[in-house]
Amino acid sequence: MKYKSQKVAYWFFALSMLLLVLQLTYGFIMGFARLGYDGLHNIIPFNTAHTVHINTLVVWLLSGFMGAAYYIIPEESESELWSVKLAYVQLISLAVVGVAALLGYHFNIWEGRKFLEIPRELDWLVAINVILFLVILLMTIIKGKKKTTTSWVLFGGLLGAALFYLPGMISFDSQVLDSFFRWWVVHLWVEGVWELIMGGILSFLLIKLTGVDREVIEKWLYVVIGLTFLSGILGTGHHYYYIGVNKIWLIVGGIFSAMEPLAFLAMALWAVNMYRKGEKKHPNTLALYWTLGAAIVSFLGAGVLGLAHTLPQTNLYTHGTLVTAMHGHLAFWGAYAMIVLAMITYALPNLTGRKLYDHPRGRAAFWLSNIGMFTMVAAFAAAGVAQVYLERILGYEFGDVQNKIQVHFWVLIMGATILTTGLILYIIDFIKYGLPNDEAVTK
Amino acid sequence: MLSKKQAKTFFIAGSLVTFFIFIGLTIFSLSKSQDQSNSDKITESVAHGKHLWEKNNCMGCHTLMGEGAYYAPELTNVIKRRGEVYVKTLLKMKTPWAPRGRKMVAYGFSDEEANDLIAFLKWVGEINLNGFEKVDRTVSPLPKDKMKN
Ligand code: HEM
Ligand code: HEM
Ligand SMILES: [Fe+2]
Repeated sequence: MKYKSQKVAYWFFALSMLLLVLQLTYGFIMGFARLGYDGLHNIIPFNTAHTVHINTLVVWLLSGFMGAAYYIIPEESESELWSVKLAYVQLISLAVVGVAALLGYHFNIWEGRKFLEIPRELDWLVAINVILFLVILLMTIIKGKKKTTTSWVLFGGLLGAALFYLPGMISFDSQVLDSFFRWWVVHLWVEGVWELIMGGILSFLLIKLTGVDREVIEKWLYVVIGLTFLSGILGTGHHYYYIGVNKIWLIVGGIFSAMEPLAFLAMALWAVNMYRKGEKKHPNTLALYWTLGAAIVSFLGAGVLGLAHTLPQTNLYTHGTLVTAMHGHLAFWGAYAMIVLAMITYALPNLTGRKLYDHPRGRAAFWLSNIGMFTMVAAFAAAGVAQVYLERILGYEFGDVQNKIQVHFWVLIMGATILTTGLILYIIDFIKYGLPNDEAVTK
Repeated sequence: MLSKKQAKTFFIAGSLVTFFIFIGLTIFSLSKSQDQSNSDKITESVAHGKHLWEKNNCMGCHTLMGEGAYYAPELTNVIKRRGEVYVKTLLKMKTPWAPRGRKMVAYGFSDEEANDLIAFLKWVGEINLNGFEKVDRTVSPLPKDKMKN
């Protein structure tokens, strides 16, 4: 690392790893409940496990993005962070709010709106926390020597994520309106502003890892995020087909969401081509694995598996089935989990001064977690397609169908075990690197 | 060859244009004339039912209009499918209900709460969902209960 204040990033990454462990644990609780092993039902019913699973996911990703920003922005701006003390205040308050929310979910304290379960009172604390975070970043950029496209895109994505959190805080008596604006958060995050965050991180990593000229990389960054918004904003319509709003969204959502994979394809082509073009290869091969992996798997999970159910004619039958869970897993994994893991893999040797660039444990972590995730996705896919056919086409009872497709959840648990093994190896690596220190600063 | 400046213009122009179209479509789509949810029929009881639906995170297991988790049945048409009496009984149960193996949380709702939830679900059941409401019914000539495991 180049600046002492980049060390803050480490603690956000550590929080991220902790929440990841929780996410996996609650994933297993749900997996086993589906197999009939629901002994925890009285303490952790399925809805608690589900909410903890998806909230820890979102928060570990956000914490990873924040760590990434605290690492990237000083380096891009060529200056120390504006205030290290406030950055630690922000870290601790994020952890406290996170833990409070997660505890509450075990005591029926939540707002049961998928992904936005955090109670309203805590929403305000989240908002204050994020404002503090953005102020620290913005001051660093303004006071820094350089203002790069990569910084601005990363900052823009994070600012957008904050702004698009707000529609989720409006209250409605109508379930239709509630759902309508819930997507302004959920969809416009993952298929909008989060892609800017991903693009910013990817751009930084490609500049560092491939040695290709910044101007070239950042030009294509604009193309990627241009395609993202061009398709993704109106693509929100793919959630409006069947929730009680008019049919105009069937056309608008259908056409524009079908174009969304282009943004992910562009991302994958961009990363692979920059890698091919790059002459001076960085020794951190593992970081390169995760970086290219993120660009490619996001295209498969979000692009290909998104396209598989985004046309209204298909979505009529797959809407709200395990087909959605199939796509949700690979999309979140490829796009956001892998980019955070890429960033951590790149940053750790620099933060701690231990240059363990390529080693068998690190490779095993990469391959096992990916093989595990693809196995899980295959299990969800088989279960989902069978569910759609039996329940939605033949019209069988939901519960009977679920019992019929139960066997796929054994495969899911198998995949989850492989995934978890890989991620445990990753976390062992994380711990073995040790703590960040000032000796690691290289000018 | 495309320059960085052109790429930036493409990004900004594309974003602004689609964003304004999106806002326009939203306003149109939420206007009174386009309402297909009978929003004038949202009584106090329906609103309270929705509040209970959220407060207890029913969506953490069930889907409603296709949204939620996939552990428990789609409830858009549940009142038509099962009838009010059936639904009311299960909402008031004090031990976990598990008709097909999976357990539901034993909420033990009061009479009034159960009524409000039913009013809410009935309101949802009347929304025009552009065809999805038909998918959630028996669409096959085979009766649902004839399936052997
Ligand atoms: C990285 C980007 C993406 C992520 C993380 C993601 C994740 C998800 C998740 C978690 C859901 C379930 C949401 C809920 O029910 O609350 C969902 C739904 C959906 N996604 Fe994506 N997605 C991404 C990109 C895409 C793309 C590019 C497309 C289209 C090409 C797409 C198409 C859909 C559709 C049609 C649904 C609705 C499924 C239903 O009706 O049940 N997604 N996505
Ligand atoms: C131990 C590993 C895991 C297991 C056993 C697992 C299992 C599950 C199960 C059973 C569900 C609920 C599906 C339903 O609604 O019934 C779920 C939801 C979800 N999980 Fe996982 N999961 C695991 C890891 C992950 C990872 C690593 C990610 C992200 C990278 C992830 C993202 C999600 C998302 C986004 C949802 C909501 C999906 C939707 O509603 O469409 N999970 N998971
Ligand atoms: Fe979407």
